Formats: sequence, structure tokens, C-alpha cells
Amino acid sequence: MTLGTIGADEKVVLWQYGEVAHDMISTKTLGFWLYMLSDALVFAGLFAAYGVLDHSMNAANGPTEAQIVHPIAAFWQTLAVLTSVFAYSVATVAVKHGYRQLVVLCVLAAILLGMVFLGLEFSDFADLYAHGATPQVSGFLSAYFILIATHGLHMAFGILWLLVMAIQVSRLGLTAPVVAQLLNLRLFWQFQAAIWVCVYVFVYLKGVI
Amino acid sequence: MFVHLQGPYSFLFGRLTLASIPYDNAIIQFAFGFAAIAAILVVAPVLYYRKIPYLFREWLTTVDHKKIGVMYIILGLVMMFRGFFDGLMIRTQQVMADGPHSAGHLEAAHGYLPPAHFDQIYSSHGTIMIIFAATPILTGLGNIIVPLQIGARDMAFPTLNAISLWLTTVGAALVMASLFIGDFSTAGWVGLIPLTELDFSPSSGVDYWMWAIQISSVGTTLNAINVIATIVAMRAPGMRWTRLPIFTWTTLSTSIIGLTAFPILGVALALLGADRYLGTHFYTAGLGGNLMLYTNLFWIWGHPEVYFLVLPAFGIISEVIPAFSEKPLFGYVTMVAATFAIAGISWVVWLHHFFTMGAGPLVNSFFSVATMVVGIPTGVKVFNWLFTLYRGRLTFATPMLWAVGALFLLLIGGLTGMMLAIPAVNYTVHNSVFVIAHFHCMVLLIVYAAFAAVSFWWPKVFGFKLDETTGKLFFWSFSIGTILLFTAMFGLGFMGETRRLDYLYNTQWFPALVIEEIGVGFYSLSVLIFFAMLFVSIRDRVKNAASADPWGTSRTLEWLTHSPVPFYNFAVTPHVNSRDELSWRYLNNLAATAPEHFEEIHMPNNTPVPLIIGALAFGFGFGLTWRIWWMTGFSLLGIIAVVIYRSFARDKGYHLSAEVMTQLEREPPLGVIAESQYLSKHPLTGAGAH
Ligand code: HEM
Ligand SMILES: [Cu+2]
Repeated sequence: MTLGTIGADEKVVLWQYGEVAHDMISTKTLGFWLYMLSDALVFAGLFAAYGVLDHSMNAANGPTEAQIVHPIAAFWQTLAVLTSVFAYSVATVAVKHGYRQLVVLCVLAAILLGMVFLGLEFSDFADLYAHGATPQVSGFLSAYFILIATHGLHMAFGILWLLVMAIQVSRLGLTAPVVAQLLNLRLFWQFQAAIWVCVYVFVYLKGVI
Repeated sequence: MFVHLQGPYSFLFGRLTLASIPYDNAIIQFAFGFAAIAAILVVAPVLYYRKIPYLFREWLTTVDHKKIGVMYIILGLVMMFRGFFDGLMIRTQQVMADGPHSAGHLEAAHGYLPPAHFDQIYSSHGTIMIIFAATPILTGLGNIIVPLQIGARDMAFPTLNAISLWLTTVGAALVMASLFIGDFSTAGWVGLIPLTELDFSPSSGVDYWMWAIQISSVGTTLNAINVIATIVAMRAPGMRWTRLPIFTWTTLSTSIIGLTAFPILGVALALLGADRYLGTHFYTAGLGGNLMLYTNLFWIWGHPEVYFLVLPAFGIISEVIPAFSEKPLFGYVTMVAATFAIAGISWVVWLHHFFTMGAGPLVNSFFSVATMVVGIPTGVKVFNWLFTLYRGRLTFATPMLWAVGALFLLLIGGLTGMMLAIPAVNYTVHNSVFVIAHFHCMVLLIVYAAFAAVSFWWPKVFGFKLDETTGKLFFWSFSIGTILLFTAMFGLGFMGETRRLDYLYNTQWFPALVIEEIGVGFYSLSVLIFFAMLFVSIRDRVKNAASADPWGTSRTLEWLTHSPVPFYNFAVTPHVNSRDELSWRYLNNLAATAPEHFEEIHMPNNTPVPLIIGALAFGFGFGLTWRIWWMTGFSLLGIIAVVIYRSFARDKGYHLSAEVMTQLEREPPLGVIAESQYLSKHPLTGAGAH
């Protein structure tokens, strides 16, 4: 058990010779999963705030949820973000086969679709602003805008990262550190899509029910 | 887009004007003079001995987990010193401002601090002690000890580790800056809402508080990621989960709490920031805001945070008591289970901080029972320690004194916590100084454990023991202070003194206030003894030089390598055979068996990147506080640029050849203080960077 003595013929190893292998990619992936967990909690907090403030009382005579969400328009955003994830998934398949050009191409496609998503979101916001529905109007609108804009910021950050990776893949090739980053980015990008699905369900769909 | 503010504004300096600097306040002048003298005392020798290159090369750019840990602890101790002064000032104000006939000095009607100044002091006291003293000290200890206990060469992500340190430092620096430029929050360390809203706190104080916490908590979250990854992925061969030392277990559980709780604090403060900067209505009293949303979010972090602090303290006690009882820890498995039970329950008790919100009998009962359930695993721990002590061969060295002292505090703090957990009791003592006394027992338990840890592991890090005589004197004067101050405070709580009072209306409280002040006197004495202890210990360092296991009865892996620990930790990675590896080697007469030969090892290079990110983060926080947008934007873009640059220029580290290792192991170990510029020292054999 804890403090056994050694038997006479037992062979003990006191020192570990040879490189003690710590798999770099898997350690980085573990670290990034942990980071994503903390990011998930950021969204958990924001959804909680939204849940609290999504109440006619908190709309303070301003527009309510049902009046501002457009599930059909947001559906196009959903499509954009999901196809962007699909493009990125093709990129990871290309990584497996070592097709460098294809990786770059798919990452660029993912960027483009991500920008389409952000463009749609921006026009949605502009429309709301034009109708006087700004975050400063009520507690409800504050929660609405900040929740969606936080996701949007994550998307913008992801696009920047995609861009950096496109350059890294074309300049540095598919080296171990680059692949480690590509794997983490996959996690990040899919996570943002998953969050958007939650937003779509809990904000847009729930809003019209 | 941004809220329009009253008062002067310029592009270059934002809201900052000359009038923001309180140069005409006598107390601030004194504080500034004091800080300046302290700074000169530190900086002058550095300049005189031309140590700036050394500092930069060996410390500011380091990625070595031990040096980072030492810097964390120094930061924590410096901030604790500042927080101690705040506490001293609070106590002195209260004893001077009791009753309508108490005299007023300086600008105050009673005592010597006007209300707005007093409010800043208690707000900074709490913020500093919890976020910038206790947290960095415990993080630093984890940083130093965990990789050693699991036989790793460094953390999983050494550069990230340094980034975490500098982000925490930036938070502390912002709090310090608020002392001399502008003001600090007057809304308590918990940020009482809606007092923190722009309408009620229009100055920069709340912004300082908010960004200081926000930036440092990013650092804490990153550190938690690092620690978890290190413990999961970097353990030496043979270090199975069932052999993990308890301190490592508790650091793991604490990091899991940190990783999951700090993001919620981030949200709570970010939404407050949105209110203050963008004019949204999350927490405003009107227009659909919800005050209790803030309070809930804050305590959903706040309660796990107190366990984030206490669990590593439990870990320290679990290491110190067996070492000085010469027995293995009683009930290892239950100890681990209790640790994770506490961590888990800590998530579902937050509402006990505001039973008086009036959520109704069902909700209050749930949180009341949940809070009391924490007592079960805590009790398991206490009995495990007692059974470890039972029939042990006890030695009351300084670390042991602190550890046993901590047990007493745990008992009192825990039992008063149980009282507070009963809503009926809570309604009568909530917001009284009874609560303050309760949590100070708890927080002091952490401080006791931290001092136990510092004196216990000091020889491992620096290669010599701390002086025992002054160490014990320090313990006793500190403990007398604790007893006097908090016994009186419990009494005052029952007598109805509410917390955060700058003027006390009841003269019957006076005797107890005097006792409290005497307690603070003992604390002040202990601070002096602390410095004496450092001085004597460093003077006698040769006489007190430490062997690999200076206590002679240590049990875990970190005591296997040299004291001071060389920069590469273990020349050859140990193979772990038992739960208390060192004790096992003692038992089998293997403790003195050194490796027969050495092999090439790989080390990470130092890098200035974390320091640069820290500097930019300071610009970011300072710019936001004063709404200097160019500074904010420049710093943010700078951070992004540095991170992208770093992701291109990959550091491959360097190798130390077998010959260098053989040579290094023959000479006295190169600890944290020594110049580890092995390459300049061994120009021929150093294989060099590639
Ligand atoms: C058995 C364990 C514990 C129980 C049952 C307990 C219970 C409570 C309760 C019910 C309160 C709210 C009192 C009120 O405001 O009316 C409270 C406050 C507090 N407790 Fe504990 N507690 C426990 C352990 C701890 C620990 C381990 C720490 C710190 C390491 C701690 C730190 C605090 C702090 C800081 C506050 C007050 C915060 C504030 O309002 O400023 N407690 N505790
Ligand atoms: Cu609590």
C-alpha cells in the first residue's frame, strides 16, 4: 500500500532515463479545451442574465422580444455559420491528407462565410438602431445586444485567427505547432457555431413563440 | 456610443486632469512619501549593484515556474502589507470616531478620515486582501510546489504562466495607482449595487476597481488552465492519481473552481462596465435593470472564490502536519473525496450571502441546508488531521505552529459560518461585524496556512531555513493580535455594530474597540518581527544552509531534489514508486541513491513577451479607467499583434548536454537567486540554443 517495503528480489526503478514523452499536441489541445470551458461559462453567465432580463417588466415600455427578433432572417445567419464550420471541417480533412493548398482554400472559404454571418448581424443591428431599439433603451435590450454582440466579437476574433492560420499554413507548412493550432481553432469555431445555435433557439425561436 | 460624462475631457488625457491628483490630502501625502521611501529602498541597491540586467534576464523575462511563483508571493506580500495599512487605518478611525463627543481631526468630523476616504479604504482593504494578497500567494505556492511534487520540469505552458503573473501584477498596479491618481471605489470589495453605477459613483474609482479585478482575473483563469493541464499531462512516470500528494490534489480542485468561477465574475463586471461605459441597464435601479442580477452573479463567483482560497490552504495543512507528526496523512482517500465534495458544493451555496433578499422560505431553506452540508466534508478533513496528529511524534517547528493555529481558526470560523447559515440567525446578524469576524477567521486560516507554507518550503527554494526564534515570535505576536481583535469583533457583532461604519454612534462599544486596537497593535508588532525574521535569516543563511530534506521528516517528491532547487528541478526525472515517495525511499534506504549518469535535457528559453503583454495590459486598464481611448485601442491592438507575432516565431528552447548536466550536478545547485546563465558559465559544453 502506501509505504510498503521492497521484497528481496524486487527490482525497483528510481530514475526515469530517456526522454519522458509529453505529447505536445495533446497537452495543447487539453489546455484549449479547458479554455473553451471557461468561455462556455462566460456564455452561461450571459444567458443567465438574458433569462433574468427577458421579461416584459424589464422591457420598460420599450420593445419586447417578440417585437424585435426575426427568426427567418436569423436563419440565414445560422446557415452561414454552419456552412463556415463545414468548410473548416473540410480543411481539417485536408490537413489529415497533407493537402496544403486545399487547407488554405477551405480556411478562406470559412472566413468568407464568417464575414457573411457578421454582415447579416450588422445589418440586423443597424435595422434595430434605425427603429430606435438601442441597448440604452431598457434592461431587456441591453441583455439582447450584449449577448449577441459578445458572440459576434468571438466570431470576429475567430475570423482574425483563421486569417493568421491561412498565412501560417501557406508560409510555415503543416508543422506540428501549426497543426496543434489548427485543431484548437476547429474547436473554437465549432464552439461558436454551437453557441449561435443556442442563441438562435433561446433568443430568436423562443422570442416568437 | 459611449455615455456622455460631466466634467472636463481631453483627447490626450481623457478624464484625467491635474485636479485628479490628490496632492493636497495629508494622508495621501504621507502614503506617497512612504511608498516613495520604500521604492527607493528597493531600487537604490538594484542600481548601486548594477542588477538591472540581472533582474531583467533572470526574473522579469523568466518562464521558470519557481521564479514566477516567488514573484507571485512577493507581489502578494507587498499587497498584503498595503492591505494591512488599510486595516490599521480602518480600526484606528473606528476607535477614534465612537460617540458624538469623539474629536475630529484633519478634514473629518469624527476621527481623522472623512466618509468618502474611509469608504475607499475599506473597499481597497477587501479587494486587496482577497484578490491581490491571498490569491497571488496561493497561486505562487502552487506554481512553485506542484511541478516539483509531480516530478515535472516546468508547467505545461511556461510562457502562459508568466503572462498570468504579469496580468495579476497589472491589476495590483492599477489598485496602487488609484491611491495617487484619482480615487478608489467606495462601494466595498463586493461592489454594492447600484452604488457602483455611474449615477452614484461618477468618478474613476469604480473603474479602477472593476478593471483591476477584471484584468487580474483573466490572469487567474489562465493560471488555472495551466495548473490543470500540468497536473493531468506532466506527471512523472509512476505518479498515478492515487499517489498524487494532497497539496497537488487541492491545487487541482482549486484550479477547477478558478476556471469555472472567474468567468462568471468576468461577466458580472463586464455588464457593470457596459452600464458605466455604454449606458445600458443591466443593474440600474430604473429602466428594467435588475439589482439582484449583479448580486447573484457576483456571489456565484464569490462563494466559490472563498473555497478557491481555502482549499490550497487545506492542502498545505495536509502536507505540514504529517511531516511534523512523522506519520503518513490519515485517510488519504477521504481527504481527496472531501476536497472535491467541498469544491462541488461550493457551487450551490452562493445565496447564503443574501438570505435577506427575501427569496422565500423554499429558496432560503435550500441554500441554508446546502451551506451546512459543506460542514460534513470539512469535518472529515479536521478529523483526518487530528488522527494524523494522534500518537504522532510531534515537533513544533514554525510551519507546524502555523498549521495547528490554522486548525483553531477553522473551528471558530466554521462554526460561526454554520450559525450564519441558519436564515433565522442570519437575519439578525447579516451585515454586522459578526460576519466580518466569521470570514476573517476563515481568511486568516488561509494566511496562517500561507505562512506555514512559506516557512516550510522556503529552504527548498532558497537553500537555507528561516530563523526559528524570530519565526516563532512572529507567530505568537500575530496570534495574540488575531485573538484580541476577532474575539472583540464577534462581541461587537452581537452588540449590533453594523459593518463599514466610519462613525460609530454607540459609546458602549468603546471598550471592545480598544481591545481591537490593541490587537492591531500586536499585528503591527508582528509585521516588524516579520522583517526582522527576514533580516536574521538572510544574515545567517550559511549557518542555516539546508540539505535536500532540511526537516528530516518530509514525505513528498519535492524534497528529493537539491535545496535550493536547481533551475531544471530534477536532473533525471524520478520514477515514483509510492504515495509518499521520499518516505518510501527513506524506509528502503534509497533516499541517498543519486542517478548513476545524466542525460541531455530540454529547457524553454526566457522571453520578454509576457512582460510586454503585461505593460500593454496596464495601458489597456489605465486607458479604460480614464477613458483615454487612444491608449486603450493602442494597447489592445498591441497585445493582439504581440500574440500573433509570437505564434509565428516559435521558441524551440535549448538543450543541456549530458556533460553539462554532470558538471552542474557536481557543483552546488543553482537556485532561483543564482545566475542560471549556464551558457555563459559553461561556454564550451553548453549545447546552446537552436
Ligand atoms: C463551513 C464553512 C462556511 C460556512 C457555513 C460559511 C457561511 C457563511 C455565511 C452564511 C455568510 C454570509 C453572512 C452574511 O453576510 O449574512 C458568510 C460570509 C462570508 N464568508 Fe463564510 N462560510 C464558510 C466558510 C468560509 C470560508 C472557507 C471562507 C473564506 C475562505 C469564507 C469567507 C466568507 C466571506 C469573505 C464572507 C463575507 C463576504 C462579505 O459579505 O463581504 N467563509 N459565510
Ligand atoms: Cu459564502
